[in-house]
Amino acid sequence: MKGAVFIGMLLWASVAQAATPGEILTGYTAEAARRTPGFQPTAVRGEQFYQKRFGVSEVMPACASCHTDRPTQPGRHAVTGKLIQPLAPAANAERFTDLAKVEKWFRRNCSEVTGRECSAAEKADFMVYVMGKR
Amino acid sequence: MKTVPIGLCLLVATSMLCTAAASASDLRVPANPPPAYLAECGSCHVAFPPSLLMADDWKRIMARLDKHYGDNASLDVPTREVIEGFLVKQAGQGRRVASAPLAKPTDLPRLTTTPWFVRKHHEVPRAVWSHAKVKTPSNCVACHTRAGEGSYREREIVMPNGQRWED
Repeated sequence: MKGAVFIGMLLWASVAQAATPGEILTGYTAEAARRTPGFQPTAVRGEQFYQKRFGVSEVMPACASCHTDRPTQPGRHAVTGKLIQPLAPAANAERFTDLAKVEKWFRRNCSEVTGRECSAAEKADFMVYVMGKR
Repeated sequence: MKTVPIGLCLLVATSMLCTAAASASDLRVPANPPPAYLAECGSCHVAFPPSLLMADDWKRIMARLDKHYGDNASLDVPTREVIEGFLVKQAGQGRRVASAPLAKPTDLPRLTTTPWFVRKHHEVPRAVWSHAKVKTPSNCVACHTRAGEGSYREREIVMPNGQRWED
């Protein structure tokens, strides 16, 4: 079942490029709720995750290492110094509008910062937090 | 009359050719690069002009994307192959764009250590490289304001202190 859902999400990602942050959040929330019935994402948990210093990577110990403490602000890549547009959709309308892209960056950055993949619940919490930032 | 050894002539001629190969005119990323090159490589740093490194150096870099200068830049195999094919095809030629010898076998080639890059930047004060806005010599856009568009003209340079570059 889990596999089918995942394949479904991938198909959705490859067919429908354009999405809204709300649609993507709904997808992660539903996936998390299948594992933990009654799951509801919270901005409080999302913020804790965002600010947490995992310390797996020396140069990128936390999300905030590149994205700054405030997701509405532009960030800077900790290694290359390249400007990173804000994470918060309120400050950057392009964020979370392409599921394939969202999945790619969660996959890459979660493994870099946390040393593992992020769960659907973590992704949902993270999104609720940055989507609430004005 | 003193004769000039033919070897020296060849050396001079070759270096002139190589200089031409890595001149400011071909710092643009070639037209119609694979979209993956701009999307994958260009999202963390400037999509570097492939002509700034030799083909073998690009191959070494692409073989170790999991340990990419302190970052994990792994790609799926088809995407990696498309990007590597592009870089190798458009790579620079000649010693001037050869990366400096690697200290350890696990080190990666750096386009900022080639004779061409070093010569072009030898007047840049050391403090500039460690400036917070620069971080690393590969952060072209920190001073070359239009590097993102592949333009590295001298008049477009703005140093981290906000001043224009005076040669």
